[in-house]
Amino acid sequence: MNNSFIRNREIMQGSIAIAETVCSIQPGVIGVYPITPQTHIIEHLARLVANGRAKGKYINADSEFSAASIVFGASAAGVRSYSASSSQGLLLMTEVIFNMAGTRLPGVFSAVNRSLSPPINIQVDHQDTMTLRDSGIIQLYVENIQEAVDTHIQIYKIAEDREVFLPAMVCMDGWIISHAYEPVTLWQDEIVQDFIGQLDLPYRVDPQNPLTYGALTDDDKITEFKYMVDSALRKSKDKIKQVSEEFRECFGNYYGGVVEEYHTDDAEIIIIAMGSVVATIKVAIDELRKEGRKVGLLKIRSFRPFPGEEIIKTLHKAAVAIVLDRSFSCSAGGILGGEVKACLYNQNKPAVINYIAGIGGREIYPFNIKEMINQGEKMAENGKISDEAIFYNLNSELL
Amino acid sequence: MKLNIGGITEAGLSKNNKTGTWRYQIPFIIEDNCNGCGLCEIFCPDSCLTIINKLVSVDTNYCKGCGICAIECNQNAIIMQSEGESSYE
Repeated sequence: MNNSFIRNREIMQGSIAIAETVCSIQPGVIGVYPITPQTHIIEHLARLVANGRAKGKYINADSEFSAASIVFGASAAGVRSYSASSSQGLLLMTEVIFNMAGTRLPGVFSAVNRSLSPPINIQVDHQDTMTLRDSGIIQLYVENIQEAVDTHIQIYKIAEDREVFLPAMVCMDGWIISHAYEPVTLWQDEIVQDFIGQLDLPYRVDPQNPLTYGALTDDDKITEFKYMVDSALRKSKDKIKQVSEEFRECFGNYYGGVVEEYHTDDAEIIIIAMGSVVATIKVAIDELRKEGRKVGLLKIRSFRPFPGEEIIKTLHKAAVAIVLDRSFSCSAGGILGGEVKACLYNQNKPAVINYIAGIGGREIYPFNIKEMINQGEKMAENGKISDEAIFYNLNSELL
Repeated sequence: MKLNIGGITEAGLSKNNKTGTWRYQIPFIIEDNCNGCGLCEIFCPDSCLTIINKLVSVDTNYCKGCGICAIECNQNAIIMQSEGESSYE
C-alpha cells in the first residue's frame, strides 16, 4: 500500500466512513429517503453536499420507491448514482431494483441490514436484503467497517463493467457496522476515482436521440432477455475476484473474492456465514483451534452472484457443514442454508446443518458458535442430521 | 437479430403494433354535422382523430373504438357503430 493514498485514518462511526467514501466516489446523483439505521449515512452525505465537498445532486425523495427511481433515471442518463436504505425501505425499492437489473443499469445501493416488520424491530438480520435476492442485483456482504468502505469502492467498478452493467448493493449489518466505531482508513478522492474509472453505458437517455426503455416483449424473446441478466450476474463473479485483486495491489486490503476461507484446509467442520457475525465466528474458531479442534469458516462475501463452485470446492473434504442464517423463507428454512444444500446435493458430502440465529438483533456470542459446532458434531456422530433448519435458542416458554 | 442489453431499443416502435385490431366499434362521422372544431382531436387518448380541411378523419390503424370522441362531440357528428355496418341507420 502506498501511504500517499491515505486521506485520513481515525476512529470513526461506520455510517460516517461510508458517507465519506461515497463522497470520494463523487456520484452525480444521490436519491435518498431516511430510515433507521441507514439515516446517519445520508445525513452526513447531506452535510458534505451542503459544505460543497460532494459535488453530486442530492435529492430528498418522498419515499424509497422514488429514491430508487431517481437512481434508475440518473443511471439511465449515464450518470453514476447512489442510494441507501434498510428494512421496509428496501422492500419498497424492490420493484425498481428488478426494473434496474432488467434494464441493466449500474446504480449502487448501501443496504444497512435490519429486520422486517411486524413487530417493529430496528436491529440487524438479513431478511430485508435476502428478499431482493432474485432481482439480478449484485449483493456483497461485509464483515467490518473497513471492508464496507473498501467494498463500496470495489462495487462501483464491478457494477459498471461492460460485461456486467447491473445494479449492486453493499449489505452491511445495521448498528454492528453502521453505528459502531472502529479505526478506519479513508482513501484520497483522486485515487478512488482513478481506480473506478469512467461510467460508459452503451445506451443513455438523450432527447436528441430517443430510445425505448421498458419495451414490451412477448414469449418469443423474454426467456432470452432474462437469461442475459442471469449470465451477466454469473460473469460478475470473475469481475468481483479480479477487482478484489486489483484493490489489493492498489490499496493493500483484501477480503477474499467471492468467499473467504478461514482455516478450512484440514477442517472437518466448516461454518458458513456472512455479515458481521463472521468476525465472532473467527474468534470462536481461533479458540477451538487452540484446543486442537479441526474447525474452519467459509465466509460468503458475494451472495449474488452465488459462489456455488467455491462452496463445493471448499466443503468437499469436510464431514459437516453448519450454515448460519440470519433470515429464513417461512416453512422452507434458512435461505443461505437452502442454497448451500442445493449446490451440494450431487456431491453427497458433507452433511449440512442449518441454524437460524441472530434474528432481529439477537446477539450471537462465540460460545453460541461453539455450541452449534458441538451440537453439529454430535448429530453427525449419531447419524441424526436434522433435515429441517433449526431455530437456535428458541424460547419455548414464550410459545 | 441479436437482442440489445436491457431491452433498450429504438424509439417509436409502439407504432408497429396495429392496436386498431382490438376494436369492436368504430366512430362513424356525420359529415354534415362536423364543424371541424377539433374537440375530438384533443380528447382522443390515442391521437387517432385529425382535422383535415375542417373535417375530422379517423386513423383506423390505431383507433381502439373507446367512444370518448362520440361522447365529447357537441355537434352530434360522431356515432359509434359496429364494424362492417355501412351507415348509422
